[in-house]
Amino acid sequence: MADIKFYLPLFIALPLSGAFLVSLLGKKFKVFSYAVTVGVCALMTFISLSVYFGEPMLGVVTYKMSGWPLPYGIVFVVDALGLLVLTMINTVAFIVALYSIPYVKRYTASWKYYTLYLLMVAGMNGVAATGDIFNLFVFLEIASIASYGLVAFGVEAEELEASFKYMVLGTLGSLLFLLAIGFIYALTGTLNLADISQKLPLIDAMPKNFIIILLIVGLGIKAALVPFHSWLPDAYSSAPAPISAMFSGVLIKTHGVYALVRILFNVFGLTQMTSGIFMFLGSASMLIGVLLALYQWDFKRLLAYHSISQIGYAILGIGLGTPLGVLGGLFHLVNHAIFKSLLFLNAGAVEYETGTRDLSKMGGLREQMPVTANTSLIASMSIAGIPPFNGFWSKLIIIMAAVQANQYLWATVAVISSILTLASFLKVQKYAFSGHSHGMFEKIKEVPFAMMAAMIIFAFLCLLTSLPVVRERLIIPAVNALLDGRYGEKVLAADKK
Amino acid sequence: MIYLLTLVLFCTGLYAVLVKKNLIKIIIGISIMEYAINLFFVLIGYKHGGVFPIISKSDIISKPYTLNPELTMVDPLPQALILTAIVIGLATTALLAAIAVRLYEKTGTFDITKMRKLHG
Amino acid sequence: MFFSNPYPLTPDLIQFMKQQGMTLIVRTITRLTVGFIMLFGLYIMFHGHLTPGGGFVGGVIFALAFVHLMFAYGKRVALKKFSPSSASIAESIGALLFVSVALFGIIAGYFFINFLPVGKPFEIVSAGTIPVSNIAIFLKVGAGLFSIFLALTLTTIITQKTENTDEKIKL
Repeated sequence: MADIKFYLPLFIALPLSGAFLVSLLGKKFKVFSYAVTVGVCALMTFISLSVYFGEPMLGVVTYKMSGWPLPYGIVFVVDALGLLVLTMINTVAFIVALYSIPYVKRYTASWKYYTLYLLMVAGMNGVAATGDIFNLFVFLEIASIASYGLVAFGVEAEELEASFKYMVLGTLGSLLFLLAIGFIYALTGTLNLADISQKLPLIDAMPKNFIIILLIVGLGIKAALVPFHSWLPDAYSSAPAPISAMFSGVLIKTHGVYALVRILFNVFGLTQMTSGIFMFLGSASMLIGVLLALYQWDFKRLLAYHSISQIGYAILGIGLGTPLGVLGGLFHLVNHAIFKSLLFLNAGAVEYETGTRDLSKMGGLREQMPVTANTSLIASMSIAGIPPFNGFWSKLIIIMAAVQANQYLWATVAVISSILTLASFLKVQKYAFSGHSHGMFEKIKEVPFAMMAAMIIFAFLCLLTSLPVVRERLIIPAVNALLDGRYGEKVLAADKK
Repeated sequence: MIYLLTLVLFCTGLYAVLVKKNLIKIIIGISIMEYAINLFFVLIGYKHGGVFPIISKSDIISKPYTLNPELTMVDPLPQALILTAIVIGLATTALLAAIAVRLYEKTGTFDITKMRKLHG
Repeated sequence: MFFSNPYPLTPDLIQFMKQQGMTLIVRTITRLTVGFIMLFGLYIMFHGHLTPGGGFVGGVIFALAFVHLMFAYGKRVALKKFSPSSASIAESIGALLFVSVALFGIIAGYFFINFLPVGKPFEIVSAGTIPVSNIAIFLKVGAGLFSIFLALTLTTIITQKTENTDEKIKL
């Protein structure tokens, strides 16, 4: 239906121009700032979804910036994986923008929030759409700098401290990534991902492995894999709730997982070493994340540790390298974007009404806030892997793939983590929503309509993505695109057309 | 050989980030790491005996090297990349400094060991 | 809009302004040089497609002229010339100009394509959209850098303001 080729630059240009329009006019007209944000996100969601409901995307589409041919100019490349990530980013961004409208009203300069929000969306779209490694770095930094600002948005000591910590570690990760780009350019003399993939087989294994390690450490900090995760709980629990939802839902996925997987699978090609590191880091994140989450009493901090754990599942699945494993990993990425965003929105709704994030002070909120309680129940069942919901299917596929690949140890770790996740979310449901009220929150009522609508849409998506047709239509082309060894040739051929 | 010096510079910055307790010293450490990587990029593009990669009006008339620019010009692409990286570094440093100033306003100290409200 | 006066000049304020800033020597030299510095920034910007330099460097030089003014004459004078709100407006306009140059390229075929006539090399009106982009970057960087400087000195402004009001009461 829609030709993605024409719309591709709009994914970057629309949010950028929206951001600067908001910063120009949003100060005077409050309505304008969120109208533009929601409108831009809705338009991009519509474009990306309409591409999906058109013809299934099999090949690669390239868009030459300013018409330069491929090894010289910057090029945008979209294949099925890129389209999946673009759709994920924009859908989550749209729903979270809807949620932000009532939530952000309590801050004084809400137009600054929307400016940074749109800049972050522009950066993430750029990461998903670009086909040039340095351009990827630039977009990564645009989104990162916007996110540093958003973490510190409340300007209290706690938020500033979290932002500073996140910024120091994030900058370190970016610098290591930049160093890796320097080595790649020194060895191959090109920056285009497709061109690099053509020239890399001529390089020795030793410098190649060094670059791979640099990339895994640099982007692993962005993805908050376990040895590099220490910024994440602070940043997530300090940021405003919609921003935590964006971070957990899409930011660490595009920054860490998508960029890492795109470069290591399609450009470098999966080796035994990469696969081993992926599986080890994934399992470590899975287990340590959930163990640290068990004793948390801060609602958002608990969810943040679960983010580390669930990203570990995706990394483990992708690291297996088999078609089934990659299917599970990518499917879990999509599912996690939905249910974890929903959980953060629930936490935000509870904080919006009660003013606390401490689970031990809540209780009996189900009567006053039925929508929040029921949607959070759906999300908790999804994340814990209860059968009719989407989280169950993706975890099942990952564990099956691990068993098929004879990785029994990692499969056991995945099962144990899943059980611990269930235990942790039983605690959330018990202390926050059921049980007796402490008498403190008798007067609270349900959150405003836009926030409810956002949570209900996410809850429906939780059910919708568990249908097998979604898996076939959305995920399988992306798996084929990721495991196809001829990424570079395809891009170069698409460029010649 | 000179590449090792950039490595030393990078490690100096990393040392400052990891060991120092003062916010401003951490920011300086990050800047040092950025400069080390910028220097590394410029060295990648360097050629022995190369000239700057700019074609001016008089060059086209008099100098012969513009006819075969690959031989004598240094590689301009890393320099262009570094300009971008410097701009990004400027933005990051400015934001870091702004947050450090606000933190000083809130807590009255630059020492990170004295402001541990968070423990992740 | 850019040079609007948010602080009306009262005798009290004039007295107060005389106290701020540096010594007479610095003030005189600044008054003589600051115009040339701005002119140099504009020169670098307009020749960005011919010589080294461009919008970013020109913008930095232009912003530094204001920083210079601020050091020599104190905050009030510099803020009167270039207030934070007009800096923010200039910044947004620069960014929007840059994005629209890129978006107009889509009409001509590709994003960011050079749709204006290229002209002869080494002439001041040449290179199509590059000078326009340079102007956009100049606005964005000049205003942005000055805003960063203001944001970093904002805290000291607040403390100084309270001190000065105390002094005024004493006087």
